[in-house]
Amino acid sequence: MKILVCISNVPDTTTKVKFVEADTKFDTTGVQWVINPWDELSLTRALELKDDPSTGVKSVTVAHVGPASSEPTIRKALAIGADDAIRVNTEPSDGYYVASQLAEVIRKEQFDIIMCGIESSDFNGSVTGGMIAEFMNIPSVSAVSGLKIENGKPLLTREIDGGRETVSVPTPFVAIVQKGIAKEPRIAAMRGIMMARTKPVKIYEPMEAQSLTKFIVFEKPRPRAACKYIDAENPGLLIQLLQNEAKVI
Amino acid sequence: MSVLVYTQNWDGKFKKSSFELVSYASKVADMLNVSVIALSIGAVENDELKKLGNYGAGKILNVNNEQCKILDNQVYTNIISQVALKEKSSVIIISNNNEGKAIAPRLSVSLKAGIGSGVSKLPVNLNPFTVYKRTYSGNAYAQVVINSEIKILTLAQNSFDLFETTNNSVIEDLNISVDSSLLKTEVKDVQKMAGKILLTDADIVVSGGRGMKSPDNWGPIVELAGLLGAATACSRPVSDEGWRSHDEHTGQTGKIIAPNVYIAVGISGATQHLAGISSSKYIVAINSDKDAPIFEAAQYGIVGDAMKVLPKLIEAVKELKK
Ligand SMILES: Cc1cc2nc3c(=O)[nH]c(=O)nc-3n(C[C@H](O)[C@H](O)[C@H](O)COP(=O)(O)OP(=O)(O)OC[C@H]3O[C@@H](n4cnc5c(N)ncnc54)[C@H](O)[C@@H]3O)c2cc1C
Repeated sequence: MKILVCISNVPDTTTKVKFVEADTKFDTTGVQWVINPWDELSLTRALELKDDPSTGVKSVTVAHVGPASSEPTIRKALAIGADDAIRVNTEPSDGYYVASQLAEVIRKEQFDIIMCGIESSDFNGSVTGGMIAEFMNIPSVSAVSGLKIENGKPLLTREIDGGRETVSVPTPFVAIVQKGIAKEPRIAAMRGIMMARTKPVKIYEPMEAQSLTKFIVFEKPRPRAACKYIDAENPGLLIQLLQNEAKVI
Repeated sequence: MSVLVYTQNWDGKFKKSSFELVSYASKVADMLNVSVIALSIGAVENDELKKLGNYGAGKILNVNNEQCKILDNQVYTNIISQVALKEKSSVIIISNNNEGKAIAPRLSVSLKAGIGSGVSKLPVNLNPFTVYKRTYSGNAYAQVVINSEIKILTLAQNSFDLFETTNNSVIEDLNISVDSSLLKTEVKDVQKMAGKILLTDADIVVSGGRGMKSPDNWGPIVELAGLLGAATACSRPVSDEGWRSHDEHTGQTGKIIAPNVYIAVGISGATQHLAGISSSKYIVAINSDKDAPIFEAAQYGIVGDAMKVLPKLIEAVKELKK
């Protein structure tokens, strides 16, 4: 069984988000780039499955669509424990374009389980995993909070409103994962960092594909009204304000 | 030409969020000067379907095939895609909830339709078709141009008001044939928690953080939530520690919610937490540290010990209910 984890390269979650060129571009000055949090959790789960011989998982590959500048994020994934990596050498212009590229790579390399995060923390699109599956005409399971392999058969937990379901689909499939898939992201140990330097990164040149969307301008959220403080001795006033001023209770 | 809105049902019933979707779809249809068609998949009674008409759906299509009993993303995509082509839909509107996120991207490829995901406002421009969406996990908003012929918009929950109109709707049962080999999802087991107000549906949310100190201190949070008809939530460390169940975790890596009021108790207000709650209409902070960042996000604040403030709040709400 071969697992592919798709990873996106995003600004660290504590980044002070700013824009340049009349708010048309994200300001990358001083930004720390990290593996998208959900992709990091997917990778962690994939490695846990590989660590358990009963699952039959033989390899964990990571794939990324992005220019050479995103290499450090790929190396980080290798340091955490991925066996090898694939990079499609192009700017990830939109979800449709990225998914076209990934689907092409997956067709060539053949994987049994393809894992994608539920969204990337920069563009919050929630689209890549489902699009890959449709391009490849294979099943997808979304809102996946658990993945195990029993008797060679993958079983997925998917979140539904007010509960969860255990489902199975034939391989190959795309699992679009969210919270719960792994407890805490695995971190790279020194040995892993050393080994990552020599692990293979295969570079693919992009195929001809389209983008269907384009970000044209960004804006910061409007500042909210300043906080109105209520005396801790008289919290009843808060209830009155919520009822009569905000009119929300 | 039409705007197609897919309205999910829950055991044959719609929710407020379904009517928000239809209201949104009719406003978009007004902008484009076309009609709104609502699509429901699964077993829903006509009385229930008819309700979609109150928010502007002209035609209500009902597809109830054998293959629709469980959510299979390929089957659902195939049905919506067929209907969209048949009805010449130029815009398709879907909720940005779990089911919507599962289907919309597949539909995008199937129809070669660009997606504006998690929109919270009407399109800002029709030519080029431009939508307004949340980006950088709520740290920014963006205008996004969709340049395909068909457009898909997924609407953030609790972000659009209901607009009632006169109901002139007609209901049509639609027979859509789906290749049975598409159905590949097998559901082995279902676990449902009955009777809990869903966090993503709730108008009021009471949430506790690490400042609550111990899972044994949650009584007043649950009591306050009960009195207000609110859902309960928590910060990530609280669910990581197992003090509260995982489905209460809000924030960047948990649930993203937009209630009318979010009451944060003993929560410091880390960016990753705010990422999940910043679309709330009002944020209330109760925290013993006057410098906690949550007060910068809040409109109402109480600086004080949660264990002393909560009982007084509960008394005040009880007083109000009398
Ligand atoms: C990649 C990544 C993703 C993350 N995603 C999330 C996420 O989705 N959601 C999330 O919540 N966090 C997330 N975090 C963690 C986040 O950074 C914070 O650590 C977390 O939100 C802090 O939780 P807290 O506010 O409950 O605890 P703390 O930061 O410990 O704050 C506790 C607060 O309680 C107050 N307090 C203490 N005693 C009392 C008292 N008696 N009465 C009143 N107030 C009191 C303190 O003043 C303090 O402000 C993420 C972190 C990373 C790196």
